[in-house]
Amino acid sequence: MKRFFAWGALIFGLLYFFLPLIGMTNFSLKMRRGVYSLDAYAVVLSDPNFQATFSYSVMMAIFTIIFGVVLVVPTAYWVRLKLPGLRPYIEFITLLPLVIPAIVIVFGYIRLYNTSSWLPLTGTAMGTNILLMFGYTILALPYMYRAVDTGLRTIDVTTLTEAAQSLGAGWATILGRIILPNVLVAVLSGAFLTFAIVLGEFTMAALLNRPAFGPYMQLLGANRAYEPAALAVIAFAITWGCLGLIQLVSRLQKSAPPKA
Amino acid sequence: MSFLTLTSIQKSFGPTRVVHDFNMAIEKGEFVSFLGPSGCGKTTVLRMIAGFETPSGGSITINGKDQTALRPNQRNIGMVFQAYALFPNMNVFDNVAFGLKVAGKPRAEIEARVKEMLDLIHLGHLADRYPYQMSGGQQQRVALARALAPKPEVLLLDEPLSALDAKIRVSLREEIRQIQQRLGITTVFVTHDQEEALSISDRIVVMNAGRADQIGTPSDIYNRPATRFVASFVGTLNLIEAKVIDPSGNRVEIGGQGITLREPLGMVKAGDTVSLALRPEAGSIAEGAKGDTALTGEIISTNFLGSVIRSRMTVGATVISFDMFNAPGLAVPQVGETATLRFTASDLLIIRD
Repeated sequence: MKRFFAWGALIFGLLYFFLPLIGMTNFSLKMRRGVYSLDAYAVVLSDPNFQATFSYSVMMAIFTIIFGVVLVVPTAYWVRLKLPGLRPYIEFITLLPLVIPAIVIVFGYIRLYNTSSWLPLTGTAMGTNILLMFGYTILALPYMYRAVDTGLRTIDVTTLTEAAQSLGAGWATILGRIILPNVLVAVLSGAFLTFAIVLGEFTMAALLNRPAFGPYMQLLGANRAYEPAALAVIAFAITWGCLGLIQLVSRLQKSAPPKA
Repeated sequence: MSFLTLTSIQKSFGPTRVVHDFNMAIEKGEFVSFLGPSGCGKTTVLRMIAGFETPSGGSITINGKDQTALRPNQRNIGMVFQAYALFPNMNVFDNVAFGLKVAGKPRAEIEARVKEMLDLIHLGHLADRYPYQMSGGQQQRVALARALAPKPEVLLLDEPLSALDAKIRVSLREEIRQIQQRLGITTVFVTHDQEEALSISDRIVVMNAGRADQIGTPSDIYNRPATRFVASFVGTLNLIEAKVIDPSGNRVEIGGQGITLREPLGMVKAGDTVSLALRPEAGSIAEGAKGDTALTGEIISTNFLGSVIRSRMTVGATVISFDMFNAPGLAVPQVGETATLRFTASDLLIIRD
C-alpha cells in the first residue's frame, strides 16, 4: 500500500511538471493549421532580433563567468586558507542576492551610477554593459560561490598551498597552477549555472535598457502566439543542456584525474 | 659556525605560549629529529623554520643568512608533509618538476633533474602516474623527490611516515636516511615515534611543553636521559623511588634492600627519596648473570612480546619490569616465583628534575 502511494506521488509529480511542458511544446508545433510543423522555431531562429539578443546574452554570460571566476575563486580560497572564521559571514553575503530582488539591485545601480553621479556608468553603452555584468555576477554569486567552495572542500587547501610555497611558488602560481585546476570542475558547474541565469534574466537587462535575450523573450511573448512557446522550449533546452554539461563534467572528474 | 641556527625562538598563539626560548644549532649535513608528544611544539618549530609561522621572538639563520622575516617561498627549503601534499592535478613527473619550473630552470635541466630524482627513489617507471594511482608509500617517496629536486639548503620532514603502515614505515625511514646521507642535506625530522627518531637521527631533540628537555645523540637520549620526562618518553623505563640511607656512601634502599649507586647522590640527606631509572633490558634473572647489584622479589606477571619476554616483579612496594630475549628452551619465570634481578650499578640513573 505504501509503495502504491509512493508511485502515485511520483507519477503525480511528473505529470504536474511535464504536462504543461508537453502542452507548450505541442502548441509550439501547431503554427501551421492542421499539421505539426517547426514553423514557429524557424520564424524565431531566423529573426535577426533573436540572433542579436542571443549573441549579446551569450557574450554577457561569458564575461560574467570570467569576472565571477576571477572574483570568487581567490575570495573563496583566501577565506578557506586564512579567514575560516569569516566563512559563515561570506556565505551569508553570497546568499543575499536570493532574497534581495533584482529590481532593488538595479535601481540601486541606476541611482549610484547615473549620468550625474561620480561614476556615470549608465552614460555609455559600454558602461551600462559593465554595470549589467556586475549585476549578473551578483545574481550568480550564490551558485558560483557555493560551487567553488564545495570544490575547495574536496582538496587540502592549506597543505597544498604550503607545499607549493615551500617549492618557491607565489600566490599567482599557487592559484593558477594548483588551486584553479583542482577546482575546475566546480568552477565549470558554477559557470554553467551562471550561463543559464544570464540567458534568462529579464529585470536587470530591461531596466538598464540592454538588448538581451530575456527582454526579447518578454517582447515576443506579448506580441505573438506560437513563437513565444517555441522560444520557451529553446530556452528550456539551453538550460537543460547546461545542467547536462554539469553532470557530464562531474562524471568526468570521478573517472579521470583533474587536469590543468 | 652552525648551518641552521635557532636562537631564542618563541611562539605564542594568543595568550598561549607554545614554544619557549628554543635554541638549537644544527651542523651542515646533520639529521636532527624533534621528538615529543602531540602538542609539545615540535611541529610549530619546524613550521617556523619553513616560514609558515612567524616567531613571536628570536631568530632563524641558515648558512649565516637571517631567514626570520622571509616568506616561505623566499627560503630555500624543501618540505615533506604527513599528508603527502602531492598536487592532484599533476602526474609524478610534473609534481617533481614543479619547484624547478617555478625557479625558471631550462627544460633540459628540469628533465634531467626529475629523472635523477625519480631514479633516486626508484620510481622512474611511474613518472606518468597521478597521485591517486599510487600507494601511500609511493606518494611519500614522490613527495621526497619533489622536495629535493630544487636542491634545498635544508630538508624538513613533518611526520612523513605517520600515515603509512608499519612495514612501509620502517623501509621508508631507512630509505630517507640513505638518501639524506648520500646527498648530505641538513635535515630536520619531526616525529612522535621514538623508534623512528632513535633509528635514523644524528641527534634528537626531546621536546616537552614547548621546551627542549634534552638534545643529544640517540645513545645519550636513551642511556642518559636528562629529565624524568625524557626518561619516561623514550623507551620503556622503570622509575623507582629509593630511600637514601647513606648519602656519603651513595647507599639507597629499595623495598627494604640496600644497594650502592655508582653515581654520586649529591645534595641529599638520609631519609630523602630519590628517583632512579632502570631500563628493563639492563637486568637479568638468569643464573650466572653478571652484575654488581641485585634485588630480590616476587614475579607478578610475564608477557610474551615476540622477540622478548617482559616480566614484572615486586621488590617491597616497588614494581620493576625486566626483559629477557626469547630463545628456545628459555626458562620463563612463573608468577609467584622468587627471583633475583642482577644488574650493574651504573645502569641505575638518578633522575634529578
